[in-house]
Amino acid sequence: MSFGGKYAPFVIGAYAISAVMFLWMVIDTLLRARSARKTLEALEAERRGAGDAP
Amino acid sequence: MISGFANPHRFMSFSRWAAPTLALIAAALLALGLWLGLSAPPDYQQGETVRIMFVHVPAAWTAMLAYLCLGGASFASLVFRHAVADAAASAAAPLGAAFTAAALITGSLWGKPMWGTWWAWGDSRLVSVLVLFLLFVGYIALRASIEDEGKAARAAEILALVGLINLPVIKFSVDWWNTLHQGESIFRAGGPLIAPVYLIPLMLTGAGYSAAFAALWLTRTRMEVRRRRSLGLALRAAR
Repeated sequence: MSFGGKYAPFVIGAYAISAVMFLWMVIDTLLRARSARKTLEALEAERRGAGDAP
Repeated sequence: MISGFANPHRFMSFSRWAAPTLALIAAALLALGLWLGLSAPPDYQQGETVRIMFVHVPAAWTAMLAYLCLGGASFASLVFRHAVADAAASAAAPLGAAFTAAALITGSLWGKPMWGTWWAWGDSRLVSVLVLFLLFVGYIALRASIEDEGKAARAAEILALVGLINLPVIKFSVDWWNTLHQGESIFRAGGPLIAPVYLIPLMLTGAGYSAAFAALWLTRTRMEVRRRRSLGLALRAAR
């Protein structure tokens, strides 16, 4: 495996930017998805507690 | 088949297993593609910088795929009023913006050693991809700037549909105008011009990026469907 020889700063920089972009997308997506699921679960539990129809 | 997902329950039960499956496929394709790409010999002209192709080109392809999905979902929402379509459109935009930003930055890192410049305003491919990034950002900003979610969605969907015209401009810019970019070398009549030693890892990473986008898109659409359901419940509770 080679990471660019004399062009290593450009090659490694491109791979690092891509990795950061992927990490941001995965972490942001999972955190938001968890928050949305928990909010919905709390509201549904509250609704059931209030005796509403499911 | 697509219209079946207009039903949020059907979409949620499909995406529950499809998103993690696509994420696993993406991880496998990316691992194999990047390993082959980093093990390939240096190009006779571009030397070691050819390795940037395995992250730059898939990012650019996926950015265009994301906009196609944004446009398609916007059309379905605007014309057929499908409940999940608008959620899917708003979920695609931040992902598309991230892939486009990655394509622009990695392209710049490839351009400096090969062309001697980070950016060229006279290059139609570079400028049309920058326009794609601004379309994604504009879509997100437009949705955020209008308080009424329904009106925000309609305005953003119209912007997304108008922006679809940019996709063929990006694709054919290297044929229509003189640019620093090489002419079409993969999806062309007569077959690809790239040697298999580069083409195979490029196709694997391209498929990996697309699968990763699909997994993240499904997950964000699920999140948006849940957010809207929560909003509905909160409004009902407030009455």
